[in-house]
Amino acid sequence: MIIQCIDFIGASAINICTSIGEFTLFFFYALKTLFTSKLKISKTFAQMNRIGVESFSIIVLTGLFTGMVLALQTYIGFQRVGGEQFIGAIVALGIIRELGPVLTALMVTGRAGSAITAEIGTMIITEQIDALKTLRINIFQYLVVPRIVASTVIMPFLTLFSMIFGIIGGYIVCVYVLELSPEDYESSIRNYVEIADINGGLKKAAVFGLILSWVGAYKGIYTSGGARGVGIATTQSVVASSILILITNYFLTKLLEHM
Amino acid sequence: MKDAVNKDTIVKSKIKIVNLEKEFEGHFVSRGINLEIPEGQMTIIIGRSGEGKSVLLKQIIGLIQPTSGSIIIDGIDITELTGKKLDECFKKFGYVFQFAALLDSLNVYENIGITLIEQGYRHEEILSIVKEKLSLVQLSEDTLYKYPSELSGGMRKRVGLARTLVTNPEIILYDEPTTGLDPITSRVIHELMFDMQKQLKITSIIISHDVETFKYADKVALLNDGKIQYFGDAKTIWESDNPYIYQFIRGLTEGPITKEITYFKDKA
Repeated sequence: MIIQCIDFIGASAINICTSIGEFTLFFFYALKTLFTSKLKISKTFAQMNRIGVESFSIIVLTGLFTGMVLALQTYIGFQRVGGEQFIGAIVALGIIRELGPVLTALMVTGRAGSAITAEIGTMIITEQIDALKTLRINIFQYLVVPRIVASTVIMPFLTLFSMIFGIIGGYIVCVYVLELSPEDYESSIRNYVEIADINGGLKKAAVFGLILSWVGAYKGIYTSGGARGVGIATTQSVVASSILILITNYFLTKLLEHM
Repeated sequence: MKDAVNKDTIVKSKIKIVNLEKEFEGHFVSRGINLEIPEGQMTIIIGRSGEGKSVLLKQIIGLIQPTSGSIIIDGIDITELTGKKLDECFKKFGYVFQFAALLDSLNVYENIGITLIEQGYRHEEILSIVKEKLSLVQLSEDTLYKYPSELSGGMRKRVGLARTLVTNPEIILYDEPTTGLDPITSRVIHELMFDMQKQLKITSIIISHDVETFKYADKVALLNDGKIQYFGDAKTIWESDNPYIYQFIRGLTEGPITKEITYFKDKA
């Protein structure tokens, strides 16, 4: 029983270390490919369209309603201490520094990160990747790098829209629902939000874009076991990306504080 | 049993496989395969499902690394090569997949011309080459901008073959090219493979369960229990007294090929 237990722990530890090693090497191989071979521009733009442009509507909705809810919740607390004039700044800072980048990343992970895994995973099980290999096409150059570059580049733009619509959502609630002064909302944003806040949010977005495409492509390439395998890989991709984004968010926030 | 490595062969060997072994999680799929593939001829590899025929093909083309042994192509052991030298060697190969493995996001033109597109050829050049290959596999130009989902199984296999021909390979490996096709389409594919091999002097290796394929082939190899149990002329295969080939081509349940049959008997 004890030996079985040790055996299980040992095997699990080896599996985890192997996965981390594969995951890291996957990234370095993608990085090497990016710097040693020509970037497929048309494929990168096509992926920007799929990951970014096609996610635009859900990002707008997410940003808008997050801003609206944040304004409502902030109002409840701030009304008690007579700080309604600061709601604009709180909504804007919350959206710009945290909620915009994180929620956008989580939404894009669910929509585009899962699609990256499912698409590459399906190509694996239907031997399309093997076909590319037999044609001597570098699958990192053809499939992986365009997705990672596209996602990393497009995520700050998506997040910027999320921020804008979040602030608009907050404005709608403050002005038309809570009937607060629009001047207070605007001036508190102008007085308390700095360019550095926006920069920080956009930097986070780029890192989250890298994570979701890296995990998505990695899980896709390592898919096995038919249609069920694609389903499992897609679920794992969304879960792993989301967790990594949340953990990375903490460390990035700490890091950006000191920059 | 005949020796699979024919030392006195008059036709030059294109591929020589020596003591090839492949292990997956403690289970040996290839257990010391020895085989010589003659140049410019069509060799069929037969054997029951799960015997590792596709694994053997994938080892030859480098999709799977062998555990041990050698694969010698034109006198060069590719298992000892790495990087660009290995890539150069693999340029001699084409691979036709069991279900064609066409990229479903690309149309027929893009699928056939993918290597040329990736190498930066001009559209006019690609189109002319793609049309030429399309006519070689007897497909009309109407299919050029169709997607794989709009094609029949036979058409997809022909597109897969055309895609392979774009790189002008010296060796083509076919993984069960007629599986799932009706007898007429199967015959068309067989004749197409035969014509390709004769016209272009291509060395072909075909994995097939289809007895019809013997008519077109020069050599037959039988893979059983991870080893080549028979290698000989396809024309005289029906006269062979090799117990493995005798049992296999007649579909007999009694004989030296017993592994799976015993399993079913036990279950019964």
